[in-house]
Amino acid sequence: MTAATDAAERLLRRRAAEVEEEDDDDNVRIDAFLHHFREEDKEDEAAPAKLSARNLNFYYGGQQALFENNLDIAEGKITAIIGPSGCGKSTHIRIYNRIFELYGNQRAEGEVLLDGKNLLDPGTDLIELRRRVGMIFQKPTPFPLSVFENVAYGLRLHFKMPKSELNGRVESALKKAALFEEVKDKLDKPGVALSGGQQQRLCIARTIALEPEILLMDEPTSAIDPVATRKVEELAESLKGNFTIAIVTHSMQQAARISDFTAFFYKGHIVEYGLTRELFTNPKQKQTEDYITGRFG
Amino acid sequence: MEHHSQTERHQGWKTSKSTDMIFRGITAACAALVLIVMAGIFASLLWNSLPSIRHSGISFLFSKAWDPVSNEFGALSSIYGTLMSTAIAMLLAVPLSMVIALFLVELAPPKVSYVVGSAIELLAAVPSIIYGMWGLFVFAPFMADHIQPLLSKYLGWLPLFQGPEMGIGMMTAGIILALMILPFISTVMRDVFAMVPDVMKEAGYGMGATTWEVTKDVTIRYGIQGMIGACLLGLGRAIGETMAVTFVIGNSSDIFISLFEAGNSIASRLANEFAEASDPMYMSALMELGLVLFLMTFGLQVVTQLWLKRVKRKMGGDLL
Ligand SMILES: Nc1ncnc2c1ncn2[C@@H]1O[C@H](COP(=O)(O)OP(=O)(O)O)[C@@H](O)[C@H]1O
Ligand SMILES: [Mg+2]
Repeated sequence: MTAATDAAERLLRRRAAEVEEEDDDDNVRIDAFLHHFREEDKEDEAAPAKLSARNLNFYYGGQQALFENNLDIAEGKITAIIGPSGCGKSTHIRIYNRIFELYGNQRAEGEVLLDGKNLLDPGTDLIELRRRVGMIFQKPTPFPLSVFENVAYGLRLHFKMPKSELNGRVESALKKAALFEEVKDKLDKPGVALSGGQQQRLCIARTIALEPEILLMDEPTSAIDPVATRKVEELAESLKGNFTIAIVTHSMQQAARISDFTAFFYKGHIVEYGLTRELFTNPKQKQTEDYITGRFG
Repeated sequence: MEHHSQTERHQGWKTSKSTDMIFRGITAACAALVLIVMAGIFASLLWNSLPSIRHSGISFLFSKAWDPVSNEFGALSSIYGTLMSTAIAMLLAVPLSMVIALFLVELAPPKVSYVVGSAIELLAAVPSIIYGMWGLFVFAPFMADHIQPLLSKYLGWLPLFQGPEMGIGMMTAGIILALMILPFISTVMRDVFAMVPDVMKEAGYGMGATTWEVTKDVTIRYGIQGMIGACLLGLGRAIGETMAVTFVIGNSSDIFISLFEAGNSIASRLANEFAEASDPMYMSALMELGLVLFLMTFGLQVVTQLWLKRVKRKMGGDLL
């Protein structure tokens, strides 16, 4: 199927042949092992695009930051966006929920299709868009409210519901964010009193409480410790399927660990995009290879 | 060699320690000086008030009779006037300042924000005597001719807005005070709102909140301590403001429900009467009035600090 899996197959079979003479057991095991990856790759590749950036250009005043970006974010998958700092990763995903429009001098050109409709159209309802496309930031951003009210915040904004249902939705969001057990006794404590990692998961809970279709994460683990990072990564993996996730990360290990697809950005251009396993084992562009082998930073 | 270098290092350490101690001593002395001056002011106020305290006792605070000729001194009308004019000023200035500050930070284009902001800062530099004169000669007649008739026409059923439409009085004093403290409160609030991190606001908008929702749920909550600080600053200025109030409050020793009526405040009474207080008991009564003002501002500080601490604890600490 993919070149990466093919290469792995050749390697495994040669190793098996070296260790002992031909053994059917080994081959069966290798088949099963590779089959798993092949199925996964096939399934990943078959996933339809939830978001498609088409000829996207972006300007900070007169300064162009993105050049003709074309990218499909696959539905129900995790897409990692990697690249050296300043290459436009944040700029790119900040177009998806049009948050950049808070600043007068920033401008996007081109199209971003969300379920086939261009979300950059002037007629797009921004409030509805941002309910459908949630965003997690680099630093945790709990509101100056209690843990409960933080998670209830978006629900109160967008829906009218009885208190009992609100309680249920808050609890379920906290559970999905793998935070409920840790905070169930401090629901009325301030959100900012939690640890950094917990705050970040609180922000994720707050966002997924709205049941968005897409989660944008901009280096969500760069401000928290390794253990908390692992928790957020596991959380992202557990959320995929139900959510389409685009995650910006400066850590290639993180991209390799959790993502299905990876896009490599360089100086505002998308240099390479494809299955994560493929891009990391068999990069097609010299720049991608240099970056993932750490030859430039 | 080894030994030599060690002594040297040790000596170097010793010198830095002694300069450190001198530095610490100087700063501590300066801090102590502030405390000593405070305590000194309080002690001399108290000392000079003693004859009056002995003479009038507790009734000083609860009587509104102020008759120096018959040695009758009651501070109630002054205390009432101080509180009332300050309350009017805060009631008008705080919401207005908030709106101005939010406009400058959240809504106005940067150029407009800069020009308007600078203009407001300039207003803060106008001396209070100017406000007093302007209040007496320009604003009070305007109040009498236009504002008060309007108020008594539409709100005249309230006792607050009945009585002589003279321009001078409690309401005019309150409004002038509001104008005076507005620049202070609004510029501090502007700075507070500007300090709320962009990413916090983005988080709000990112949840699908509107500008108004982000303002009330994120910006204001985030800046609450700074905002209270700004109000305190204004309150401190209003409560002791002398010149402007003396010009327009009307200097009556009575207490009226109507805001159109004249009144007095502690500061205005002191300014008006110190020069003529030849009798020691009269002088002592004025000193006691000063003591009351001192304690009022002090108590206000303490209460707000305590409240601030509570707010801080409730919201979790590292806010502005
Ligand atoms: N607010 C801004 N104003 C002007 N230029 C900006 C702004 N934010 C980012 N840039 C520029 O745009 C480019 C891309 O930035 P960014 O998207 O933040 O990169 P990344 O997230 O990949 O580190 C950089 O050259 C950066 O200097
Ligand atoms: Mg970035």
